[in-house]
Amino acid sequence: MFDDLRDLYQETILDHGRHPRHAHRLEAFDATARGDNPMCGDRVQVWVKRGPGDTISDVGFEARGCAICVASADLMAETLPGRTVAEFGDLFDAFRGMVTTGKRPADGAREEDMERLEPLSGVHEFPSRVKCATLAWHAAAAALAGSGEASSE
Amino acid sequence: MNELSRPAVLDVARIREDFPILTQRVHGKKLVFLDSAASAQKPRAVIDAMREAMETQYANVHRGLHWMSERTTAAYEATRDAVARLIGAASREEIVFTRNSTEAINLVAHSYGRGVLRPGQAVLISGMEHHSNLVPWQMLRDAHGIELRVAPVTDAGELDMPAFEALLADGGVGLVAITHMSNVLGTVTPAARIAALAHAHGAKVLFDGSQAVVHRRIDVQALDADFYAFTGHKLYGPTGIGVLWGRRALLEAMPPFLGGGDMISSVTYERSTWAAVPHKFEAGTPAILEAIGLAAAIRYVEAIGYDAIAAHEAALTDHALGRLAQVEGVHVLGRAQDRGGVVSFTLDGAHAHDVATLLDRQGIAVRAGHHCAEPLMRRFGLDSTARASFGIYTTHAEIDALAEALDRVRAFFA
Repeated sequence: MFDDLRDLYQETILDHGRHPRHAHRLEAFDATARGDNPMCGDRVQVWVKRGPGDTISDVGFEARGCAICVASADLMAETLPGRTVAEFGDLFDAFRGMVTTGKRPADGAREEDMERLEPLSGVHEFPSRVKCATLAWHAAAAALAGSGEASSE
Repeated sequence: MNELSRPAVLDVARIREDFPILTQRVHGKKLVFLDSAASAQKPRAVIDAMREAMETQYANVHRGLHWMSERTTAAYEATRDAVARLIGAASREEIVFTRNSTEAINLVAHSYGRGVLRPGQAVLISGMEHHSNLVPWQMLRDAHGIELRVAPVTDAGELDMPAFEALLADGGVGLVAITHMSNVLGTVTPAARIAALAHAHGAKVLFDGSQAVVHRRIDVQALDADFYAFTGHKLYGPTGIGVLWGRRALLEAMPPFLGGGDMISSVTYERSTWAAVPHKFEAGTPAILEAIGLAAAIRYVEAIGYDAIAAHEAALTDHALGRLAQVEGVHVLGRAQDRGGVVSFTLDGAHAHDVATLLDRQGIAVRAGHHCAEPLMRRFGLDSTARASFGIYTTHAEIDALAEALDRVRAFFA
């Protein structure tokens, strides 16, 4: 029945949507921000702990949102530890590109990380759901930039 | 069989033929359109009326001395008569055209709110308002110093009448502004009783009739309302045209809302004087074609008759509540005694957006989200629901399709 929806709801997405591994507030954190999608009511709070140098050492989140929103936040939290803030920026750009066009960066940038985020590539066929996938990333970007709020609008 | 003994039965198959869009297929499936509360589909009569106006008689209104303008003005003004008849207004001058319900309510908030209400007086709304009947009053509160009171909603999704009356008791409320039918819960509020209580405590009353006017006959004088707002596009008419009805004496005492052409009597650099109602409130070139489309929609609805429409939608709603109760994991929000064809629900284990996407793939269009009623969602501890809403073209089979599809959605996320 839903064969054509398997691109959007891959097993990885359903699994992370149902049983997110990082859906918790960090005990100790350096930055946090809330993301709101005012059109649909999705809400996510992201906590970031910084490591040595310019790195991110841990990410946690709490989300009230759909399977795409929760799974995307969880995969993001899984991907970011060990990355620098500059790398986060590149990754966010590449991720945004993938969920809007379905394509990964042509130069193969951040290949390993993009592999992990790949299950979300099916979102590009559902324009109304792109914001669900990017909300946690907007919140993480806001946290790293020191602003407390983000919107995926 | 004569006209009077005709039973209130609606020939849905015949009606569906009037709506060209209903033959469309979505994702290769038959379209099941269950999102009429957001905006209804348009019958051919409306489409034709607007096209014919553009093809045969169109010019600006109220200003030309030529045939085209006179004809267009007559058509535009005839809509005012049609609306007055539809809602039982005392006169055509009580009908003000706006862009939509939101603009109608903003007109009252701005003009009556600032011109008549005094700082310190209260506006009383309910806990089940659409943002369009909440945010304008918040803005008035912040700009003009009125107090905003909110009458609570019961667990059943009805207006808490004892609490409502208690909020009126001190006589501080200048205006009650309440929905006539909730766009989320389907609850129809006891408008006549609300108006009686408001008046007994010295308040005027505005009803947001955006949903109600679609489902049942409105008689603003029988309700003893003071203002009534609705929009054309939910009543099978075009977007861009809405209505504010107000008692003539109230409208006459109110200052204009927007300034410009068409709303003046005379203009000099020193001062301007205002046109008589309703033109005082209709600045600038209005939505001419949309008004002509609205008149066609009203004629269409009146030809079917509100008795038949109300009976059809009551049967659909009963059927939907019965079918959804059989789907494991579905919870319907609200169980008001008096309700119209709007049913909000949640499904265990699946977020409303995921439900909507999976329904869409089966050709079924529902709305998912907070339905522009965030405080009401929070009242019930929710962020979002899915919502199925019905129109005159909705069939029992479409509701069966929804219930069967929800079973498949549940299995998908299990």
